[in-house]
Amino acid sequence: MTEPILRVRNLRATVAGQQVVEDVTFDVPATGVTAVLGRNGVGKTSTLKALLGLYDRTGEVTLAGERIDRLSTDRIVRRGVGYVPEDREVFAGLTVAENLRLAERDASPRRELVADLFPDLVKRSAQRAGTLSGGQQQMVSLARALLNDNRLLLVDEPTKGLAPKIVTEVATALAEAAASAPVLLVEQNLEVISRLATTVVVIDAGRVVHTGDAAELLDDPDRIQRLLGVHTSENAA
Amino acid sequence: MSTIVLLLITGLGLGALYFLVASGLSLIYGLMGVLNFAHGSFLTLGAFAGWEVARRLGADSWGIFGLALVVGAAVGAAFAALTELLLVRRLYERHIEQVLVTVGLALATVALFEGTWGSDPEFIEGPAWLRSTTDVAGAPIPNDRFLAIGAAVLVLVGIVLFLRYTRFGLIIRAGVENRAMVTALGIDVRKAFTLVFAVGGAAAGLGGVLASQYFGYVSPHLGAHLLIFAFIVTVIGGLGSLTGAAVAAVLVAVLQQFANYYWGVGDLVVVLLLALVLLVRPSGLLGRSA
Ligand SMILES: Nc1ncnc2c1ncn2[C@@H]1O[C@H](COP(=O)(O)OP(=O)(O)O)[C@@H](O)[C@H]1O
Ligand SMILES: [Mg+2]
Repeated sequence: MTEPILRVRNLRATVAGQQVVEDVTFDVPATGVTAVLGRNGVGKTSTLKALLGLYDRTGEVTLAGERIDRLSTDRIVRRGVGYVPEDREVFAGLTVAENLRLAERDASPRRELVADLFPDLVKRSAQRAGTLSGGQQQMVSLARALLNDNRLLLVDEPTKGLAPKIVTEVATALAEAAASAPVLLVEQNLEVISRLATTVVVIDAGRVVHTGDAAELLDDPDRIQRLLGVHTSENAA
Repeated sequence: MSTIVLLLITGLGLGALYFLVASGLSLIYGLMGVLNFAHGSFLTLGAFAGWEVARRLGADSWGIFGLALVVGAAVGAAFAALTELLLVRRLYERHIEQVLVTVGLALATVALFEGTWGSDPEFIEGPAWLRSTTDVAGAPIPNDRFLAIGAAVLVLVGIVLFLRYTRFGLIIRAGVENRAMVTALGIDVRKAFTLVFAVGGAAAGLGGVLASQYFGYVSPHLGAHLLIFAFIVTVIGGLGSLTGAAVAAVLVAVLQQFANYYWGVGDLVVVLLLALVLLVRPSGLLGRSA
């Protein structure tokens, strides 16, 4: 097994004086998609934000051998971390083109790749991002991350609230992205997870309660029920 | 009729001064959430810098007056940038402390200006044209009004073009919406903070030189006086909205002129307008709600 791209040890985070990540330890392998699972409100989003330094945190975080737990958010991102936040967080008052231009970090951003993945965005480049549909906004958000050469992608619930057809499109884009960089993916949709994930990390109450092979967990409905409180037969959302 | 024209154009001139202060306040608040009470001091120092230039090199030439404007803007920009780098930056996200430190800086600098230049107003001179009037529809309009209006329009257009067409402008517009997400794209947004302070300080410094022409004197309290109304303008226009600041500056100043002339209650009317806007549209005329 090669070195993990990301090592997280005893990560804790507070926001507004409240502890939102209790004690999180896991590795992200250097290839493939690592899915972060857990019920609503257990601290998945907060974990990603803590990794990025968006929340005050303690603990040890190592990206490709380098400690990043004391770096500012912009420095961490410039080390090669792409972030697709929960609820997309596109700049509503900026056009699609401006949203993308702002996100370009590399000397030669991968504009063709993004144009191939999301032809809709090219057509709508002069449109304000705030007037796009949820699915289109998600594409802007994904495109912002995929424009750059990343060592790791952090993606938070990219299919949340989207129509089934768009969910498939987003999953396809993620599969494409995962081919060039490892992905840490927070996702509730078990179909998307079974399609993409190789490894899983399950969080409950701010702590990791299970890590392992994705297929193994998905084959064990009782365990999923116990860890996540969902049935695989129902389409989990 | 000629009274109305006079009041209107004088109001526009005053609105121009309010805007030169309010534009910076609004940008700084919009991007950083900082209420900058030291902004009046940027204006006052700019005014004194321009006055020193005129005093030493001769007040009546246009060339030297132009130089006074440039020096006033540059001094305002430098003072503002230093304020951000040395004081505000250290208190990142600590809004109460930021208010306290800018209030403290305002008080300290006014005392310093009094110690340096005395607390009495210094009457100023300038190119002769600025002291005379031009007839508009029968109303004799002091020419400095036109200068203030022209300068404010240029500053507005300049800032709008800067925000729309430069990378820093893009970062500032995005940062006003969602600063955390800008840093999550790998951008060091603090550089934009210093720049916004510098731009706001330049507009205020320029406003200082123009305000001393408008009022006919320069004094350590020039900035504090304009700052109060500029804050009101910023709130009425919508915190963080540049166009809102421009619209509100004109509205407040014109209303103030008319109310002062006819009933002598200009300041009261401004406060009532503020109360009305806060009741009906708490986010300001062009502010974003939430
Ligand atoms: N910015 C915040 N302010 C206050 N509480 C927060 C904030 N972010 C997260 N929390 C709290 O932290 C807990 C974990 O939230 P979150 O990380 O968003 O969970 P998840 O992504 O797993 O649904 C929740 O109880 C939530 O209310
Ligand atoms: Mg979440």
